[in-house]
Amino acid sequence: MSNRPVLDVRSVTKVYRDGNTTVRALDNVSLRVGHGEYVAIMGSSGSGKSTLMNILGCLDVPTTGTYLLDGVDVSRLSDGQLALVRNRLIGFVFQAFNLIPRTSAAANVELPLAYSGMRAAERRRRALFSLDLVGLADRADHEPNQLSGGQQQRVAVARALVTEPALLLADEPTGNLDSHATEEVLSVFDDLNAAGRTIVLITHENEVAARADRLIRLFDGQVVEDARVGRHAA
Amino acid sequence: MNVGEIVRFALRGIGANKLRSVLTMLGILIGVAAVILLVAVGNGSAQSVADRIEALGTNTLTVMSTSRGAGGLTTEVADALDDRVLAPGVASVSPVVSTSATLTYAGAEHEISSFVGTTPGWFTASNFPVETGATFTADDEAQARRVVVIGRTVAEELFSGVDPVGKQVTVGGALFTVAGVLQEKSSSGFQDANDTAVAPISAVQQVLSGYGPLSSILVEARDPGMVDTVQSEITTILNQRAGADTYRIQNASQLLETQTETADTFTTLLGAVAAISLLVGGIGITNIMLVTVTERTREIGIRKALGAPRRVILSQFLIEATLLSVIGGGLGVAAAVIGSRFEIVGVQPVIVPSSVALALGVSVLIGLFFGGLPAARAARLRPIDALRYE
Repeated sequence: MSNRPVLDVRSVTKVYRDGNTTVRALDNVSLRVGHGEYVAIMGSSGSGKSTLMNILGCLDVPTTGTYLLDGVDVSRLSDGQLALVRNRLIGFVFQAFNLIPRTSAAANVELPLAYSGMRAAERRRRALFSLDLVGLADRADHEPNQLSGGQQQRVAVARALVTEPALLLADEPTGNLDSHATEEVLSVFDDLNAAGRTIVLITHENEVAARADRLIRLFDGQVVEDARVGRHAA
Repeated sequence: MNVGEIVRFALRGIGANKLRSVLTMLGILIGVAAVILLVAVGNGSAQSVADRIEALGTNTLTVMSTSRGAGGLTTEVADALDDRVLAPGVASVSPVVSTSATLTYAGAEHEISSFVGTTPGWFTASNFPVETGATFTADDEAQARRVVVIGRTVAEELFSGVDPVGKQVTVGGALFTVAGVLQEKSSSGFQDANDTAVAPISAVQQVLSGYGPLSSILVEARDPGMVDTVQSEITTILNQRAGADTYRIQNASQLLETQTETADTFTTLLGAVAAISLLVGGIGITNIMLVTVTERTREIGIRKALGAPRRVILSQFLIEATLLSVIGGGLGVAAAVIGSRFEIVGVQPVIVPSSVALALGVSVLIGLFFGGLPAARAARLRPIDALRYE
């Protein structure tokens, strides 16, 4: 494990205010994730795992506390720099796939590269390479509604990978998939982790969590368990 | 991220909901076409009015008699106006007597409201040359020969299928020989300018009107720019010779100016009404873009999560709105150009180039301005809010 962690969350608290009631979604959470780790975050609904994921993905900001991504304090970054961080350092996989409709698989995968200003030919080459990695090279010109759920999610994974980010975040990536599609996606994650990629995923399925080598359990916005599990458990 | 790429995104956005995009463009199309076409109609009617007035001759002044009794405008007054010293700007002076008369030829009768008696100079001064035959000469005038030049309408009424030149018509019991036929002239107002006959003033006075005062005097200036000078010159002479309250001077260029002003007001009014429809089209764009932004909030969230900078999201929606208005505006110009080939409420529209530029420019600005609000809203959305949006 390298000495500088990819993720360094330092006593982060997130409070939502809804009218007169305040909800403490994250309560003084601290955690570090090193390079090449495969972390699963579990917890019942309302435990704050999605909030944590959004903060890790720079989609949301903590109420208090600091979050360092690859050694950079994210709260100090401007709007434009945050867009750059999301583009270069993070690959995001959502539960609902979130592919752009009426747009081919290849164009969806190309999108982050387009936003980073890469030339079209190079973009196309990388997108096809990335689709090949998830086993969908032959579906490059299909639109999302022509693909099965598992295939859509693999396109989403290809899109998350295409910028070669330091961190792959997946928010219940298998939540909408059947067992066969789940296996497809998880085996992609296994391969990626074997290739040294850092992965953080949220799940509430034990068999998904079992594929990871570290399990973090959240309850009421606090970390209640942090253990090495699965194949790498001692 | 280059501009071409953002334009492609925007085009895909427009194509995503074709019917809605087409209807939005239709709003702008109608607005732009209405502005161009209505201004063209206003301009066309202004031009036709100007043409008619110019046909009267813009370098002439008409001195009209206002006194009923004796005195007033006489042949002597007319002669006095042709004065190289007191009125150097005057090119020619034509005394005019005008009366109604009935022309008869081979059993056919035709009533003319203005049977004009004048001098040969009248033909050039009033911009009314003959088409066939000849005008009468100064000699005819001096000898009071009974010759007449008839207008096109008269020729058609009396001599259908026959060449009128050389034939004899009866007017007020006297025989007049037709010397020529006048060229066709565009008519102003309700009166048919071609329903006329012109004869030497001496002959007309002898046969029809008697030796009373003149109906009017047609004064021709040396050039159109001198009309105002000539007007003041002849005013001095007329006041001295005929008295200030016996005449009225009609100035064709003044008439033209007044008519042009009226037409301009008319055009502005039409343009303003059309501009309102363009504005309504613009509000349509805002409405559609707001719907589009709301509908595609999730997509905006995804794009932001993938690292789309605010600038790119803003440009994408701005370009989408601008394209809607530019395409709509372009089609509107085409519709207006096609529409202007047809006569509208009796007016042949004449397109004003500046109105095309203005309408197109305004439609682009409308796209930028009215699209700006929804685009800014889209760009400001926080990614997490956009992604959670259902």
